Amino acid sequence: MTKRHLTYLTLVLVFIGLAVFLYKAVVLDFPLVSRARSDIWHIEAHLSFVSGKDPIKVSMHIPRNSRQFALVNENFISRGYGVNVATEDGKRRVHWSIRSVKGAQNLYYRASVRRMNRDVLIQRPEKSGLKEPEFNGAYREASETLVSEARAKSADVEGIVLELLRHFNAPQPDDNVTLLLGKKASVQKKVDLTVQLLALAGIHARSVHGIRLEDQKRNAPMFHWLEVYDQKQWLSYDPLTAKPGISEDYLAWWRGMEPLVLSQGVKSPLVNLSIARSEMPAVQAALETGELKKPFLLNFSLLSLPVETQAVYHVILLVPVGVFLLVILRNVIGIRTFGTFMPVLIALAFRETHLLWGVIFFTALIAIGLVIRLYLAHLKLLVVPRLAAVLIVVIGLMALFSILTHKLGLERGLSVALFPMVILTMTIERMSVVWEELGALETLKQGAWSLAAAMLAYVVMTIGYLEHLVSVFPELLLLLLAATLWLGRYTGLRLLELPRFKSMTEIKSDV
Amino acid sequence: MFSVKRQLNKIGVLGINRRNAEFTLKYNSRNRYPLVDDKLLTKKLAQKAGIAVPKLYGVIETEYQVRQLDAVIQSHTDFAIKPSRGSGGNGILVIAGRSRDMYRKVDGVLLTREEIGYYVSNIISGIYSLGGQPDKALIEYRVQFDPVFETISHQGVPDIRVIVFLGVPVMSMVRLPTRMSGGKANLHQGALGAGIDMATGTTLSAVWRNTIVNEHPDNGNPVAGVKIPSWNTLLKIAAQCNELTGLGYVGVDLVLDKDKGPLLLEINARPGLNIQIANRAGLLPRLQFVEQHKQELSNIEDRIAFSKQHFRA
Repeated sequence: MTKRHLTYLTLVLVFIGLAVFLYKAVVLDFPLVSRARSDIWHIEAHLSFVSGKDPIKVSMHIPRNSRQFALVNENFISRGYGVNVATEDGKRRVHWSIRSVKGAQNLYYRASVRRMNRDVLIQRPEKSGLKEPEFNGAYREASETLVSEARAKSADVEGIVLELLRHFNAPQPDDNVTLLLGKKASVQKKVDLTVQLLALAGIHARSVHGIRLEDQKRNAPMFHWLEVYDQKQWLSYDPLTAKPGISEDYLAWWRGMEPLVLSQGVKSPLVNLSIARSEMPAVQAALETGELKKPFLLNFSLLSLPVETQAVYHVILLVPVGVFLLVILRNVIGIRTFGTFMPVLIALAFRETHLLWGVIFFTALIAIGLVIRLYLAHLKLLVVPRLAAVLIVVIGLMALFSILTHKLGLERGLSVALFPMVILTMTIERMSVVWEELGALETLKQGAWSLAAAMLAYVVMTIGYLEHLVSVFPELLLLLLAATLWLGRYTGLRLLELPRFKSMTEIKSDV
Repeated sequence: MFSVKRQLNKIGVLGINRRNAEFTLKYNSRNRYPLVDDKLLTKKLAQKAGIAVPKLYGVIETEYQVRQLDAVIQSHTDFAIKPSRGSGGNGILVIAGRSRDMYRKVDGVLLTREEIGYYVSNIISGIYSLGGQPDKALIEYRVQFDPVFETISHQGVPDIRVIVFLGVPVMSMVRLPTRMSGGKANLHQGALGAGIDMATGTTLSAVWRNTIVNEHPDNGNPVAGVKIPSWNTLLKIAAQCNELTGLGYVGVDLVLDKDKGPLLLEINARPGLNIQIANRAGLLPRLQFVEQHKQELSNIEDRIAFSKQHFRA
């Protein structure tokens, strides 16, 4: 009865999962393999702030069509706000305004950009557009010295630009540079100063701010570079390497020295940029041209979520895979781990720390935690305060690890903070109880099994192809669910039960 | 490896997956678990049904009551402290006597009054309980085990485990503590498990750490062929336990006291599978046989007779 029920349920799940999967793969042409280089990218700017009492006016720079990139599908998500996009001096800004609103606010700008190559008419910048910097006294003198030095050592515009950039990047900058830039100037500041100095030399230049198109980036950093008008076109320079030209992966977001966001009446505005590769260029392209009516499935797919959230789901969707692996490890193979799904959570943390460091951190944390726990046993503390004490120590250790490894220049150490600390604490507690009850050997055995399970889960959960599959075809999880349900009625002997009962095969049974 | 699997399947060895899916999940309804997970409830239930249990001296339920521990233990020179919701025999402290104001464990280690109090607080806060829930500490009569086991056990109390399915005792073993198990009757920790012939109550050869032995590892005394006294009474107590708890598949732990005879220690709703190794026989054929004949077995005498007839060694 239950068996037949389960069979039907499993079949239905498999059928739905496969049907959706095949429809998407064959009819909608969703890619089965991740494309190395995509022509369409989703970009998103998430602007968050806290509203004050006054009416709110916020404006943010947004990208425009350029020679390499075309914008398609722009969206502004801002419930209740007035939205207005204005272009001035070739700069596009979105203006959001609202009379009164309460609490934390979230505004989104979302767009898809398509990589292309086209000719754009370049207007010669007007002479009046050249704004000389308002430097006085020593600053004026320093900047003029720098410009004339650069001019003397070069033959053309490019030479001047490169000479200036080299000056700014010198390991031991001279006094003039230090005066103008201060110590440890940011890239943005260097770029801005170069623009000002070039203006002094009568050369049109502008600072450019943009992002790098890389897959699944949340909190994408803003990059800064320089554009100089030379030989009837705007040429890019990389301020870090002091070389002409920048990678084609960079998308200019806005130009000029203004900040990204200008706001009135808001507190602590914050912009978070996300980038994701479009996994379905064919569908996307068809949608844009209106060849295809947006399929119902697409409206309810993960792809309709904000890019930022999608990136989170890429990881979350791997958890079922890890959990399924654990079902097999525990119920088919029969290994024992501390905490049912602890290895999966540890494996998630390993994704950030990478395997070697993860194993080192994990082992070290558990080992030190265990020593402390065993020491606390002597103080005869009650259980809850003792657990709390271990948790506090674990967090302290994590912080200490981060600081130590940072000082040693090992950036991986910072990610130790991603370990699930409550799980670690419970693991330490469980281990110490097993230690007292069954001895050190059994504890180490179970600990080693747990670690091995976590490592295996990590290996499986970092298979790029698997990640691609579950994020593009989340319906495959239905198949996983079906398999899990089916394993739920697996009544055969576990693999590790074979050696356990092996001695019984040596004699004949007579029942 | 596959040949091992095939042979084990032929013998009818029950694995954890099958035990859970086809027996505990099917015959043991969840709402009955508390009756056996809490030893205090089991004890009360058994007493009501007229089954003998070790006498309860006192229960400590709250941290505050730990201070009143003295009132409970003062009048007894020896006693046992158990977590009410412990599993697998873990967390049991047996005090065998006193030396001045210290308490002596079975292995001779002396404990202070404070150490016993801390032990009790740990029990209350759930260190030994399933899922770490808050627990109660039971202080009860320390069993004086029957001299029949004197020569074949080390320190602790040997107990008798009977698997009972639908009222029929199906398989049983006696667990004998060894030096290695530290006086605990737990096979995982190195105790000896000797299978028992259901028909006669005589021990068969034993299993010790996955190997089959005929002598006690500590002193070389033979463990097979020991006739367990009051075998019928033991079977009768065990056979009542399904009705008592409403659970269809249980492991009943009994002990033989030299003065008070058979006593019910606890009932387990997820009994372990090592009993099969001790008996060198698979549980599955026996369980399936009982399932086929369950209609014919109405009263307790029938069921015991059925067991004796079909499950002889």
